[in-house]
Amino acid sequence: MAKKSYRQALNEAIAQEMRRDPTVIVMGEDNVGGMGAPGEDDAWGGVLGVTKGLMPEFGRERVLDTPISESAFIGAAAGAAATGLRPVAELMFVDFMGVCFDQIYNQAGKFRYMFGGKAVTPLVIRTMYGAGFRAASQHSQCLYPIFTHTPGLKVVLPSSPYEAKGLMTQAIRDDDPVIFLEHKVMYDDEEDVPDEAYTIPFGEANLTREGDAVTIVALGRMVGFANQAADRLEKDGISCTVVDPRTTSPLDEDTILECAEETGRVVVVDEASPRCGMAADIAALIGQNAFDALKAPVRMVTPPHTPVPFAPELEDAYVPSVAKIEAAVRDVAGYSR
Amino acid sequence: MLQLSRDDLALAYKRMRTIREFENRVHEEFSAGKIPGFVHLYAGEEASAVGVCMNLGDKDYIASTHRGHGHCIAKGCDVEGMMKEIYGRKDGLCGGKGGSMHIADLSKGMMGANGIVGGGPPLVCGAALSAKTLKTGGVAIAFVGDGGSNQGTTLESYNLAKIWDLPAIFVVEDNGYAESTASAWSVGGSQVKRAEGFGMPGVEVDGHDFFAVYEAAKGAIDRARDGGGPSLIHARLDRHFGHFEGDAQTYRAAGEQDKLKAEVDCLKRFRQRVTETSLLDAKALDEIDQQVASLVGHAVTAAESAQPPSAEDLLTDVYVSY
Repeated sequence: MAKKSYRQALNEAIAQEMRRDPTVIVMGEDNVGGMGAPGEDDAWGGVLGVTKGLMPEFGRERVLDTPISESAFIGAAAGAAATGLRPVAELMFVDFMGVCFDQIYNQAGKFRYMFGGKAVTPLVIRTMYGAGFRAASQHSQCLYPIFTHTPGLKVVLPSSPYEAKGLMTQAIRDDDPVIFLEHKVMYDDEEDVPDEAYTIPFGEANLTREGDAVTIVALGRMVGFANQAADRLEKDGISCTVVDPRTTSPLDEDTILECAEETGRVVVVDEASPRCGMAADIAALIGQNAFDALKAPVRMVTPPHTPVPFAPELEDAYVPSVAKIEAAVRDVAGYSR
Repeated sequence: MLQLSRDDLALAYKRMRTIREFENRVHEEFSAGKIPGFVHLYAGEEASAVGVCMNLGDKDYIASTHRGHGHCIAKGCDVEGMMKEIYGRKDGLCGGKGGSMHIADLSKGMMGANGIVGGGPPLVCGAALSAKTLKTGGVAIAFVGDGGSNQGTTLESYNLAKIWDLPAIFVVEDNGYAESTASAWSVGGSQVKRAEGFGMPGVEVDGHDFFAVYEAAKGAIDRARDGGGPSLIHARLDRHFGHFEGDAQTYRAAGEQDKLKAEVDCLKRFRQRVTETSLLDAKALDEIDQQVASLVGHAVTAAESAQPPSAEDLLTDVYVSY
């Protein structure tokens, strides 16, 4: 066990699965980098270096650079998955889903159902999401609610390096199409990550802490923010449970409801846009199934319903903050009818 | 004549005849209100599907279009299972969950009809990548219409297939109309020159002529199997029915369809060619006609009496595990 970054954890998971299973291949724009160019081999290893080192070990037949043609290569990954390979395809930024979404939701996501259960599509689409990079409106979105909305897809949001490795290993071994969302601000986050391969099952939420006052359900990068808020609140005697669902599809409804019922007070934190988002979905789940246990309205902490802004001051105001989570928890904790 | 034996020719005729009979029966049964949804019929285009697929085996993949029944039959899908699927029956080829536009049988290398115009070519790049990576010796064929040839997915796939050097073949079935819009208007440049623009060989064939399609496909498929990379076939042909069943085809010239059925029908041409050259006799072809009528008639009867899926089937087959 050693400290590893989110980036290293992902790279290690992919490399270990490629060693274990010769049908695992990697493809994406600049996943090797410098293809056809006069400089270094393995020039980039992905735009933020997640796939660095894979080509030298596994060769160009298994680590493929693609042209900037997301429809073609994401579709090719789906077709390859249906015909015997286990592709790990990178959609560089989730914001680019708009140019290839048909191949994801109408093709890969529906093969199994449309073909009467006869298709198996072990596809992983890795993609970067989230604000915080001053990358503006077209490189900063979350968009995972759109994938979650689509039956047939599984949607994974690792919240730490340990989670990233175990969930990626599971994603590659999984026989269904998986959208694997990596928060671009988290690649240098570090924690202890086992050297050996391990899996974290989908649909099993993780309680990063348990308390009796308020339940905070948070996703992806927001899990860390929720824990920071909970640390501050603990000092004032407000103890929180923090639920990391890990996957939005499948969603661990049971754990979310159990925690909501135990505390009767819930804050849901989501970096995605508020309308038709995960926060609204989870709030509705709790409202419909745990109404009698609620002592306060479910609060949602989300960005405003705007595109992600560029100016640092605006972007900082856009992303849910530890302070906003803390304030929402205090509101909910102090609520009485 | 080429490498085709008499048995091969009889099989090719049987498959083309099966497609024609199948589509004629679907036309009748749909008109009678027995088939739900909507259907797009392949009658008239048989020489293309069969001319290409006579060169393929189960390790080879095809992806089809919304007009997919012919490709399914040509690739060896079970005719009764197909008819049941079109009727929405539980023991249809896809359990009644796919219907006409989504018939697939991966065990036969049939990756599916496709409700999205231009949906298939990227998938075929993937199947070709699997064949190349796993060294199966297989090839993959994308059938697209003249409408699909204008989708970005198709053009991106030409490029990807070329730069990845994939054993992929794109067969543009140009029946003259994308829905109601003439390909003479909607297609800029030429299909063959588009292929050449991406560095692939392209060839135009008379899609009413089984032998021309077979020969062109054989060249393209042999080249791909030998590591020669992707190519394109532009087959000019005609559909006998409308874009979908119920299409009044007001966009066609008066008498256009009757003329093409009389003058360029691929089945008539095949029959004429093989009987004039004494490869098959009329009696043998007539017997095939009877066998096929019986096969398709039985499929319709079986589909009519088959059970629909049960309520529980609604929830199954979404995921392998969830």
